[in-house]
Amino acid sequence: MKRGLVLDDFERTRNRKPRFYEKVIHGIFLMLGLITVGCVLLITIYLIISGIPAIKEIDLINFLFGKEWASTAAEPKYGILPFILTSVYGTTGAILIGVPIGFFAAVYLSKIASQKLRSVIEAAVSLLAGIPSVVYGLVGMLVLVPAIRELFHVPDGASLLAAIVVLAVMILPNIIKVSITALDAVPKEYEDASLALGATPIETIFKVSVPAAKSGIAAAVVLGVGRAIGEAMAVMMVAGNVANMPSLFQSVRFLTTAVSGEMAYSSPGSLQRNALFSIALILFLFIMLINATLNFFLKRDKEK
Amino acid sequence: MNTKRKLYIGFMRAAMYVCTVCTAALVLFLMGYVMGNGIPNISWELLSTKPSYLSGRIGILPDILNTVYIVLVTLIIVLPLGVGAAIYLTEYAKNKKMVSVIEYAAETLSGIPSIIYGLVGMLLFSNNFGTSLLAGALTLTIMNLPTVMRTTQESLKTVPQSYREGAFGLGAGKWRVIRTVVLPGCVDGMITGCILSVGRILGESAALLFTAGFAHALNGIFGALASPGATLTVALYVYAKEEGEFGVAFAISAILMILTVLINLSAAFVGKYFGRRRNV
Repeated sequence: MKRGLVLDDFERTRNRKPRFYEKVIHGIFLMLGLITVGCVLLITIYLIISGIPAIKEIDLINFLFGKEWASTAAEPKYGILPFILTSVYGTTGAILIGVPIGFFAAVYLSKIASQKLRSVIEAAVSLLAGIPSVVYGLVGMLVLVPAIRELFHVPDGASLLAAIVVLAVMILPNIIKVSITALDAVPKEYEDASLALGATPIETIFKVSVPAAKSGIAAAVVLGVGRAIGEAMAVMMVAGNVANMPSLFQSVRFLTTAVSGEMAYSSPGSLQRNALFSIALILFLFIMLINATLNFFLKRDKEK
Repeated sequence: MNTKRKLYIGFMRAAMYVCTVCTAALVLFLMGYVMGNGIPNISWELLSTKPSYLSGRIGILPDILNTVYIVLVTLIIVLPLGVGAAIYLTEYAKNKKMVSVIEYAAETLSGIPSIIYGLVGMLLFSNNFGTSLLAGALTLTIMNLPTVMRTTQESLKTVPQSYREGAFGLGAGKWRVIRTVVLPGCVDGMITGCILSVGRILGESAALLFTAGFAHALNGIFGALASPGATLTVALYVYAKEEGEFGVAFAISAILMILTVLINLSAAFVGKYFGRRRNV
């Protein structure tokens, strides 16, 4: 029965002389393959087209380095320096808190923890990665913000500090996962050689394994930067959203929240809305820069 | 061993323990806090009704249904596109440069923050056929394309080359080989891609706020696709930030947490199940 089927297949494909339909199918798959490229181009083009007019009208220097954002004032001002600096400070803060914790936890899980403990904590970390950002925002809003108000005796806890802590928690799973992958890939021979030379296990881990995995760990950090700078909703719920120049205990607005905060009530075609698109374009440029850095580290890792 | 060395070792060891314990404690706290505050607020009335201003009642049934619709529609669109792209990359593409361009594009897509997807989705879809679940689903399709593509590609790579050669040797054409040999071999990749996408769709809010809106109307699937609607996550944001209804927000958080746990478990299960079958 089976053999008959195979022979039948064979006959049919041989008798069809010009394989026209194969070419059609090849074309269809080619198009499907190019969809991702098309999407990237589409996003880039749309952001540039809708972001340029406002930058032209406001003037690039005034837009990027203006210290005041007052889009609804009688004499509107569109300076996004506060947003840029807030995003940079916020991301830096989140990295400063999140990376050491994630790094040490990753080293422990990859090199020391027993298999059982490792799989339990790894599952917990995956859970952390899967929690929606609004849930982080909600918990931050109800736990972190009041705690900051009480601890530091400030009038409002919704501040840059709250955003930094929330972002640090949110990037933690990415950093742990990517670092673990990098540390796991270190050849065992390196470690054996170090141990044989008389180094203790801990010294071996930090002086041999970690340097050997440094590209991968760097990639983890860059990935964390990308996630932190792009996060909108959680930050929106804890940072207060006033367009101040950044300061740790003041209500601040990030690039992302500047876009999402005013989008709902800006009228289409107005300079205000166009300026929001320009902010998105600046954010996009930041992200592209981060992606290029990430690719650099990943490629270097692969070449080794 | 001198003291400096001992100190170094002691410090590093302590740092590792402290950081790991911190991470674990954080997860436990988040789980406990959200579940503790959320589960008491979940009631049958909340799950099975729509909000009504007249009786001052809040129900999340429309949001649950919207979430289900948007997940279904997104998967239906993204699956053929992502799988097709993966098949092109592993089975058809001969030009190495082309492959690296497509892969770079996919990486770029997965790095773009959701707020930017929200804006572009608004410009591309919502401005053309209105703020609606369909516009939201199309936006999410672009977001999840790289995920489905990557998982499918990974599993296509594990289909042994000899299977394909065997089929070609029997005289099968390229399309027949793909349909009968390659596609059945990458089912696990497709399933994993779907699970990961569902997780991402459930958690998404920034991209949906401007494309799918935040209405709570109760609609059938086709009506819902054409009209604005909030998913659970967007509803959580609206209830917490705009309306101060923290009880409802916690209830939704608890539901989302439970779903996240289920999604993680099923992803792990699929990996294990197919991994075992493949090794046999």
